[in-house]
Amino acid sequence: MSKLDSPDRVKPAAPPPPAPAPLYANRTRIYPKAVTGTVRRAKWAILALCLGLYYTVPLLRWDRGPALPNQAVLVDMQNARLFFFWIEIWPQEVYYLTGLLVLGAIGLFAATSLFGRVWCGFACPQTVWTDLFMWVERRIQGDRNERMRLDKQNWSREKLLKKGATHAAWLAIAAATGGAWIMYFNDALAMTRDFFTLRASGTVYFFFGLFTATTYLLAGWAREQVCTYMCPWPRFQAAMLDESSLVVSYRGWRGEPRGKAKAAGVGDCVDCRACVNVCPTGIDIRDGLQLECIGCGLCIDACDDIMARLDRPKGLIAFETFANIAASEAAAKPLPPGPARLACGMQARTPTRFLRPRTWLYLGVLGLVAGIMAGSYMLRETLSLAVIRERAPLFVRLSDGGIRNAYALKLASKTRETEMLSLVLDGPAGLQMLVQDAEADAQGRPVLVTRPDGITQWRALVTAPPGLRLPENIPVTFRLIDAEGRIAVSEASVFLGPKP
Amino acid sequence: MPTKIEKDAVTGINTTGHEWDGLRELDNPLPKWWLYVFYASILFALAWVVLYPALPIRGYTGLTGWTARGAIGPVLEGERARQEPMLARLRGATPEQIAADPQLRAFALAGGRIAFANNCAGCHGAGGQGAAGGFPSLADDEWIWGGSFDAIQHTIQHGARNGESDDARATQMPRFLADGMLTAPQVSDVAEHVLSLTGRATDQAAAGRGAPLFAENCASCHGERGEGNRDLGAPSLADQIWLYGSDKASVARSISYSRGGVMPAWNGRLDPAIVNMLTVYVHALGGGE
Repeated sequence: MSKLDSPDRVKPAAPPPPAPAPLYANRTRIYPKAVTGTVRRAKWAILALCLGLYYTVPLLRWDRGPALPNQAVLVDMQNARLFFFWIEIWPQEVYYLTGLLVLGAIGLFAATSLFGRVWCGFACPQTVWTDLFMWVERRIQGDRNERMRLDKQNWSREKLLKKGATHAAWLAIAAATGGAWIMYFNDALAMTRDFFTLRASGTVYFFFGLFTATTYLLAGWAREQVCTYMCPWPRFQAAMLDESSLVVSYRGWRGEPRGKAKAAGVGDCVDCRACVNVCPTGIDIRDGLQLECIGCGLCIDACDDIMARLDRPKGLIAFETFANIAASEAAAKPLPPGPARLACGMQARTPTRFLRPRTWLYLGVLGLVAGIMAGSYMLRETLSLAVIRERAPLFVRLSDGGIRNAYALKLASKTRETEMLSLVLDGPAGLQMLVQDAEADAQGRPVLVTRPDGITQWRALVTAPPGLRLPENIPVTFRLIDAEGRIAVSEASVFLGPKP
Repeated sequence: MPTKIEKDAVTGINTTGHEWDGLRELDNPLPKWWLYVFYASILFALAWVVLYPALPIRGYTGLTGWTARGAIGPVLEGERARQEPMLARLRGATPEQIAADPQLRAFALAGGRIAFANNCAGCHGAGGQGAAGGFPSLADDEWIWGGSFDAIQHTIQHGARNGESDDARATQMPRFLADGMLTAPQVSDVAEHVLSLTGRATDQAAAGRGAPLFAENCASCHGERGEGNRDLGAPSLADQIWLYGSDKASVARSISYSRGGVMPAWNGRLDPAIVNMLTVYVHALGGGE
């Protein structure tokens, strides 16, 4: 060993560390079993409601008078307007959309802190469409065991037919999904006609194709992979949960130790794996709350079904708080498995605290944002004036020695009526204003006319006569006066001249 | 420093023999999908070179014969065809009629702004503010050749002192000193008189001596009191706008060697519709007459 060797080479060779668990896990195919019960019924109802809304809302009509779209909900890209029943949003008011997204996020926080991932399990489009696709799959290929058998067997006429029919049905649903999506951006009725007569725009076909493809891929193929890997929500949802959140829980104090139904000294869990078999993400809820759990509660139905068959009380798996699980466990632990233990554990539970600082905070923020949005919508200006000073030239010297500035006035109106507004200039006495092409009112003031739901542009020439000595740069304000003599809108600018 | 190539204990893959502070690089092959995309990109590039003008060789257009210039042609044709009905109406109307029709006026002002930027702004400035050296402002209220619609249209159509159009504005101011019509002291006196018309003179005696000289030599075009004459393109000398400077040296130079702006005729260069649009636009710039 020479002295040139670096110190780390001198160390004796350490045994190689054990290989770390790979970060990549192969996908395991999941064959969720059909289930019936209260939660499943609620899930069907919410699915029907969500899909029903999604497909019918674009067909709703709302009379806005002639020359305006009569679709109740329409994102009119061509005319840069968003219509929502009686509300009409201009592009510069896109912050209302931001507000809606903020409301959605806070609402999600509030719902999660109260009931866990109910959004994920019941109302998220990924869940709704996956559920629908699984229903189709089940109708065509049969339930869990039949699907597993079908996947294992070699390709045959039957397998080809069943698989083909499934994918055809999926594609049909996906196409309907993509078709409904584009209806939100075009007049639904006219667009449908154009769509089938191949006269719709390339954009329409592109987005139709895009949403058909994503629906088919995400709900047909990716499924729980979307929830587990693509969606950020499961990674930080735990931050919204606390010991009082109602989440899908396995009452281990009642179920453990697992064992055969007739065995002595075992808990209520008979280890039938019904809860695992119905899970759309393929997890075992008995391992506790975990990242993959979307809180759909189908395992509750599956377990209740088994408990009913065994003549045992339902609720081995239930929407339950961490606080109650811990309280029941502490109370029931000393007792041997059996009815006494169950009664004792259930008695130790306390009513769920729905209103607690965390939920108050979420509800407060929710109310605050909603209030700000409603307030700003009710107080929003329907008229806006932009004053753009012409900068080439900065000012014009007139033949009599006067100084003239020119301003472009842009008057945007969000109402559907034409308004006549008198323009006055607020500035040093002596300034004279002329608006090109404007008529004068009874007092000789120029009258600017708005265009309904549009912009009119005017050019104002403001002149300082030769005798008027002004500084180089003075503020002026343009004010529009409505028929009642009130100031409808004001906009400041400056009047420039040569150095005095 | 290359070291021994050995099998990595954890992954079972050979190392490349490169090591940096104890970090060794594994000799992993490139992912298959990456390689195939790479090969496909090469084929795509080759096909591109064959089909499109991708080589810097004059005249090489590829098998398709596609050029960017060729591609824009039909687009421009389409735009021209789209504008044509409006342009036809603009050709058939006088500038007054255009200004009176809100639709035509809006089109003319928008199109005139672009045409002005393309053709006129080089001399007259982006907003018609003019430029030093005899390029008059079009945004003020002085019009050398007249500020009516007809006068503006005529000036744009035929220009001034260009030798291109028989109808061009073509008057010529004499070179009073250079051609021996006035002596240098006389020029100085006349300059003082001209400045006195707007109260600028510093030498009242010289201004007085210049008055008869002015009446004799200048008043025929510029008027008795220097009020100017638009028919002759003789600007007013009694206002506050000075195209070539208001100091005495500049005025004396104007008298000695004469002045006269040159402007090209736009009749053959621009579509009559564009000329009409420009007329309406320029008229609106400073208010017109």
